[in-house]
Amino acid sequence: MNEILGLDYPTLWFLVVGGVFSGYAILDGFDLGAGALHLFLKKEESRRIALNAIGPVWDGNEVWLVIGGGALFAGFPVVYANMFSAFYIPLMLFLVVLIFRAIGIEVRSKEPGKLWRKGWDVAYSISSILIALLLGIIVGNIILGIPLDENHIFRGSWLDFLNPYSILVGVTTVALFMMHGAIYLTMKTEDRLYAKLTILVKNTTIFFVVSLILVTFYTLIYLPHMTDFIAGHPSVFLLPVIMVLAVANVTRQISRRKYIFAFVSSAVVIASLLMIVALELFPVMIFAPNNPENSITIYNAASSEKSLGIMLRFAAIGVPLVAGYTTFVFYTFRGKVKLDDTSY
Amino acid sequence: MDVEILSRIQFAFTIAFHYIYPPLSIGIGLIMIFMEGQFIRTGNPVYEKMTRFWIKIFALTFGIGVATGIVMEFEFGTNWAVYSRYVGDVFGSALAAEGIFAFALEAGFLGILLFGWNRVSHKVHFFSTIMVTLGAMFSAVWIVVANSWQQTPAGYHVVGEGMQARAEITDFWAMVFNPSSIERLTHVWIGAFLAGAFLVMSIHAYYLLKGRFTELSKKAFTIALFVAAASSLAQLFTGHKSAEVVAEYQPAKLAAMEGHYDSLAVADLFIFGWVDQEKKETKGLKVPGGLSFMLHQDVETPITGLNSFREEDQPGLINFVFQTYHLMVAIGMALIALSLYSLFLHFRKKLFQKRWLLWVFVWSVFLPQIANQVGWYTAEVGRQPWVVYNLLRTSDALSETVTANHVLFSLIMFTIVYILLFSLFIYLLNKKIKHGPEDPELHQHSPRHSGMASTVKSQSHE
Repeated sequence: MNEILGLDYPTLWFLVVGGVFSGYAILDGFDLGAGALHLFLKKEESRRIALNAIGPVWDGNEVWLVIGGGALFAGFPVVYANMFSAFYIPLMLFLVVLIFRAIGIEVRSKEPGKLWRKGWDVAYSISSILIALLLGIIVGNIILGIPLDENHIFRGSWLDFLNPYSILVGVTTVALFMMHGAIYLTMKTEDRLYAKLTILVKNTTIFFVVSLILVTFYTLIYLPHMTDFIAGHPSVFLLPVIMVLAVANVTRQISRRKYIFAFVSSAVVIASLLMIVALELFPVMIFAPNNPENSITIYNAASSEKSLGIMLRFAAIGVPLVAGYTTFVFYTFRGKVKLDDTSY
Repeated sequence: MDVEILSRIQFAFTIAFHYIYPPLSIGIGLIMIFMEGQFIRTGNPVYEKMTRFWIKIFALTFGIGVATGIVMEFEFGTNWAVYSRYVGDVFGSALAAEGIFAFALEAGFLGILLFGWNRVSHKVHFFSTIMVTLGAMFSAVWIVVANSWQQTPAGYHVVGEGMQARAEITDFWAMVFNPSSIERLTHVWIGAFLAGAFLVMSIHAYYLLKGRFTELSKKAFTIALFVAAASSLAQLFTGHKSAEVVAEYQPAKLAAMEGHYDSLAVADLFIFGWVDQEKKETKGLKVPGGLSFMLHQDVETPITGLNSFREEDQPGLINFVFQTYHLMVAIGMALIALSLYSLFLHFRKKLFQKRWLLWVFVWSVFLPQIANQVGWYTAEVGRQPWVVYNLLRTSDALSETVTANHVLFSLIMFTIVYILLFSLFIYLLNKKIKHGPEDPELHQHSPRHSGMASTVKSQSHE
């Protein structure tokens, strides 16, 4: 097997996929969070400013999901095919709310009518919450595992995805994105809206910390397979430590009103949470609790070495390019939001 | 109805609806490059007004295109799990390349295109317009490569058997440049240019008829007319090339396109007609030996007919393939006639006096859209019963765990949502057209710095 830096190709591609989904969660996380908080802002001008704070970037953020889906399809077709078909109903709902949200953002400011704007504000905000919730529910189900037969095909019922643990993970995701989005919005606003957001930042942070504690205890008590790995690899214990420190730093930076540092810290929280999930399962990608031998791992799901080699080269060329123009766009629209005639 | 039919209907419906928008984005993008290029070159504010008007229409089409586009990427996995596992190694890399090389470019610069007019210099904005259009064109590259690989697979070998069988890539460039990629890509691109050009001409013809924005509309119409004339002629060439590839690699599809049954006979070229699938014959107005002549430059060479294929290896809906194909060709010819005649009038400076012709242009916006749609129906229905030609049957490609009820549920959901989306699109497009281009001078001293005054002002312009 070919290796780079002592890692085989499936592991490297696993890192790429993980990196892309983390990037997605960090980037789309703040605009989904801003959407989730949208209805808490009451004034028309505040809503427009909040919308335009994400205006030039939300679409680019969502592209990370498309790239992640493509990376999964290409590198681990078995995971892509079997997981997506297992989560048929939640994913279809996810697609529909994704459409509603995009349309809500695009059209709400295109008519001056009060009812029109209120209606689309609700559509936009509710769908942002539902997207975060469904993403969290899917992550929750990945942590729990799903029943698979010896061909790695899903053998459960379509309603299985709605279970208490996954819903709790879903709620935690909503809380996390709300906190992340609130911090982002404070960076982009001034005056009274800013003052209002500083309160929202505090409340959403409390919401997140409480949900996180609940999820952690639930996991420790009821999901032994998640903790076994850490027990065997004490060095991995570093990750939860980093995560806890990052959460602590979010609160510290918020009280210091250094929202840029708080934003970076909440990004670290998102990334470290995803890394904890990924590492605790690794090399399993979809765990089969009915018979762990049926689990889908990076090895029985991976594409050929040839294909992975080609795509690793794509990633080596593409990722710096994407990082380059993402930075350029964020730099162009840096600073506080100014409404002008191109705004939503 | 069974899972297969429902899944096919759902995929066909979601992708056909989606495909209204990306060609418009590519086509409008190209024309915006010319408009904004003229603005940069001449500094004439009429071009600024024009560009900024089209940016707004572009935003609308692009927004719906993105919203409906992610659906297909998910559907491969949700509805076609066997297919996804079978082709992931090959097809997946094209999709991944689309994401990383095309979408990211497109979406990255889109922010600047839509919101950056007052933030960046005109040159940087112009650069962003070009990048977004290139991004849209690149995404067509990868998606057409992936689809062409399904039509004419190359650069792969099949590994494993039964449940575990899958195609693995052996030669990336052979996969990318599979026998039909280039012909089909150029055909798709030009179809997109036509969709954009005819939308631009439609709206500006309407303004000319109503006596609004006359100077601007004449200029914009002319830009689009040149694009349309060049594209419609080029489309004849790429169309012919595509048909040659079909003849060589997918003879059953070609036979269905012309309703040709008898392999020992010379093949005719139908202008229009009707295929009787029961009696296995085709009636209509035809050029005897025309198809043989188009493919072999003589009227004696027989062409492989549908009789050479077992029933289960033929596209099921032969008359449908025949009709969609002929409609596409007929529209293609009409577009050539329309744009060349108008170009002729343009050079004689009589174009804008012909009111009836402007009315024709107002309505002809639908023609390239219809042609793009039915062209794809020909390609995809004609490929049946295969999802990957001669390798994997559509009926074998479904997800094991998804039931007919699941698909029925999602299909109904998509139908409702898309009807709503389409109504919104038409409503907002109509509104933007009624409103028309804005005077850039109104904004010259305006809202770079925020404050209530500017907020009120910009609201009043929406």
